[in-house]
Amino acid sequence: MAVPRFWREIPNRYNLIGTKCGNCNKVFFPPRYICPGCRRIGKLEPYKLNGKGKIISFTITHVAPNGFEDQAPYALAIIELDEGPCLTAQLTDCDPNQVKIGDRVEMAFRRMGQDGEDGAIYYGYKARLV
Amino acid sequence: MRKVAIIGVGLTKFGELWDVSFRRMITEAGARAIEDAGIDGKQIGAMYVGNMSAGQFVRQEHIASLIADQAGLTPIPCTRVEAACASGGLALRQAMISVASGIHDIVVAAGIEKMTDVLTEQTTEALATAADQEWEAFVGTTFPGLYALMARRHMYEFGTTEEQLAKVAVKNHHNACFNPCAQYQMEITVEDVLNSSPVNTPLKLLDCSPITDGAACVILAPADKAREFTDTPILIAGTGQASDTISLHDRPTLTGLAAAKKAAELAYDMAGVGPNDIDLAEVHDCFTIAEIMAIEDLGFCKKGDGGKVTEQGETAIGGRIPINTSGGLKGKGHPVGATGIAQAVEITQQLRGEAGKRQVNGAEIGLTHNVGGSGGTVVVHVLRRGD
Amino acid sequence: MEVGIVGYGVYIPRYRLKVEETAKIWGADAERIKRGLFLEEKSVPGPDEDAATIAVEAARNAVKRAGINPQDIGAIYVGSESHPYAVKPTATIVAEAIEATPDLTAADFEFACKAGTAGIQTCMGMVGSGMIKYGMAIGTDTAQGAPGDPLEYTAAAGGGAVIVGKGGDQILATIDDTYSYTTDTPDFWRREMRPYPKHGGRFTGKPAYFKHVLSAAHGLLRKLQLTPKDFTYVVFHQPNGKFPLQAGKELGFTKEQIMPGLITPKIGNTYSGASMIGLAAVLDQAKLGDRILVVSFGSGAGSDAFSITVKEGIETKRDAAPKVADYINRKVNIDYATYTKFRQLLVR
Repeated sequence: MAVPRFWREIPNRYNLIGTKCGNCNKVFFPPRYICPGCRRIGKLEPYKLNGKGKIISFTITHVAPNGFEDQAPYALAIIELDEGPCLTAQLTDCDPNQVKIGDRVEMAFRRMGQDGEDGAIYYGYKARLV
Repeated sequence: MRKVAIIGVGLTKFGELWDVSFRRMITEAGARAIEDAGIDGKQIGAMYVGNMSAGQFVRQEHIASLIADQAGLTPIPCTRVEAACASGGLALRQAMISVASGIHDIVVAAGIEKMTDVLTEQTTEALATAADQEWEAFVGTTFPGLYALMARRHMYEFGTTEEQLAKVAVKNHHNACFNPCAQYQMEITVEDVLNSSPVNTPLKLLDCSPITDGAACVILAPADKAREFTDTPILIAGTGQASDTISLHDRPTLTGLAAAKKAAELAYDMAGVGPNDIDLAEVHDCFTIAEIMAIEDLGFCKKGDGGKVTEQGETAIGGRIPINTSGGLKGKGHPVGATGIAQAVEITQQLRGEAGKRQVNGAEIGLTHNVGGSGGTVVVHVLRRGD
Repeated sequence: MEVGIVGYGVYIPRYRLKVEETAKIWGADAERIKRGLFLEEKSVPGPDEDAATIAVEAARNAVKRAGINPQDIGAIYVGSESHPYAVKPTATIVAEAIEATPDLTAADFEFACKAGTAGIQTCMGMVGSGMIKYGMAIGTDTAQGAPGDPLEYTAAAGGGAVIVGKGGDQILATIDDTYSYTTDTPDFWRREMRPYPKHGGRFTGKPAYFKHVLSAAHGLLRKLQLTPKDFTYVVFHQPNGKFPLQAGKELGFTKEQIMPGLITPKIGNTYSGASMIGLAAVLDQAKLGDRILVVSFGSGAGSDAFSITVKEGIETKRDAAPKVADYINRKVNIDYATYTKFRQLLVR
């Protein structure tokens, strides 16, 4: 991933900064720039999510994409955050076979990958069971 | 708005076509369709071509120009259409709209994908660009991963089993045995599927459609002129297209595609039919779970019953609602941009009574269901035997 | 200048490699090694962890305990021997991840295992002089031990963070004074672009570790006119479980004063994190009025000594984040092969 593209999303990836619509109070993560409900009267401001939620589905990845091979098999989950929105995240620090729908998780700061041995290192969020 | 009919179809063999280049595939499919329609190439007014990733697979963009050129049909307008795996279905719809509007008369709708020139990892990476790059691909998601997340939730909410998923693959491989153009002509068993290596639980290797090269082509004409070219015009009675969030996690449900339901609703409405009127359908079984959700989304069974209905044989060639008589993406192969067109080719051949051992007797109305990515775009067409 | 600790936090990865696993590979006597080093197992970072992610976890825990607005942090210094980049500071990654940017200064430190405590001294000066309100010093490492080298048994991963602020009801302990003893002593080093450190074998003992630790301790005690009896606890840099016990004995400290801050036997030598995590382990249990002597050591060489007195703030702040014992007890044992994969010794 190109450096500017990664850099732009740093507050979102490191600190779970999403957006909240000042009109209908809906919280979005990943961040949105137009509230699909309110559209032109929507007023989107940055909003920090607390990173806690529960697993609503998961899969154990055996055939991993580039950069993730050394971590396979790993669990990947869709997590419903306490504030409402859902995100997709890898589970870290756990035995993937122990993961269940309904498990509570929190987001942790982890190394996501790198642009080769000479390139930038990407950091971001992964989920861990609490 | 004029009615539109399919007057000719053609496709290449689907498979790992080491000897056949991108250019040769499209010209081969096109030539067969033109021959089938009995027209002269010069009668073609415009072309629409569905293709997802020529840029990533063969490092070629601007394929609209390349294809018009290779077909010897310049200076007619040629348009490349892209909606990930729904590129073909979308090309068909765009072509149909251009004829219906009266702007063009004879129009080609084609689809092509050449996927095997690059290594498998590069193919998988290219396909993953149909997902959200920032928030799905970046965190370690793959395509099988997204459908696996849907499968697991479907199993959790409705009790669908891995055996039921496997039965989709078994049926489609069986059907492909009667399709000379299919990538695979071999039977498999439920055990074969269950024992195949895990990709993203609960999906295993044999739950996943393969990597395929192939091209397909249909020729459209205004319905009221169709009989000048063919005794068996097939009407595109309804077309529907819908979009949904690109990410799976942004949807209110993981167990069905809202865009499929919407696109089907629009197509059924235009065609003046309902799910019970459909005699057979080609649906987008990129993974076995996708077929199960498709038959629910299209209204062929109740929500949650897709697995049961498959298990009970209702979707087999002799069943209540035959699904993927061609072998589907699983048995026939899935050259991404070509799939949507190939689905129309199969339904056309079935409605004409030309499907040989795959024939569904008395088929009058068929449906095609083509999905882009994890459901961000869905295109549905209802085809009917013309009068 | 009354400055003190406003918050502290640690992080230790959950994987452990027992001495037995490494000894088996090299045909060594595990029991002899465990006795000689007074160490059972070491922590190993997961494949998605590095000195930066460890620093962030420790820093976030420190901010939680401090209960401050991270925007009030005026400086962040991260000390490590295993910064993820040779050029591009870990400190800015931490600063962004705790939302302290952009009104602050930051830099990375290197002084072998005492890079973290060097950061504490810098923060003391900046806070004490009124330059900044709060300063954060972090020591973090994912240390590399060359396969087959004795250091392989002990080179571990972990980090500690300390937030320094001005005296008042915010602080949970005052830093009464500090004294450092520094010389050019090449006992242990790593050359640019080389993957593993080299060391002088037995030379790393008396002329290096012991000379600097004892001198720094003596220096501070003399300065403050205190004796070992005046302290409740002492925390030494701990490359193994034995050296701190030896140093403490020579200085006149008892085992009871040393043990609570001795964590290497359970998690190995976390290098720049070691003294900081040892201090945190003590703060996790210390009471109002307890005095703590901390003496770090960094090869190359130098020791920073601190006298720290616990205040009542500790009682309310201690439970706001996981304790050292929580991280020590949260563990999963791995085998040597998995260790080599995690540590990138086995590359596809």
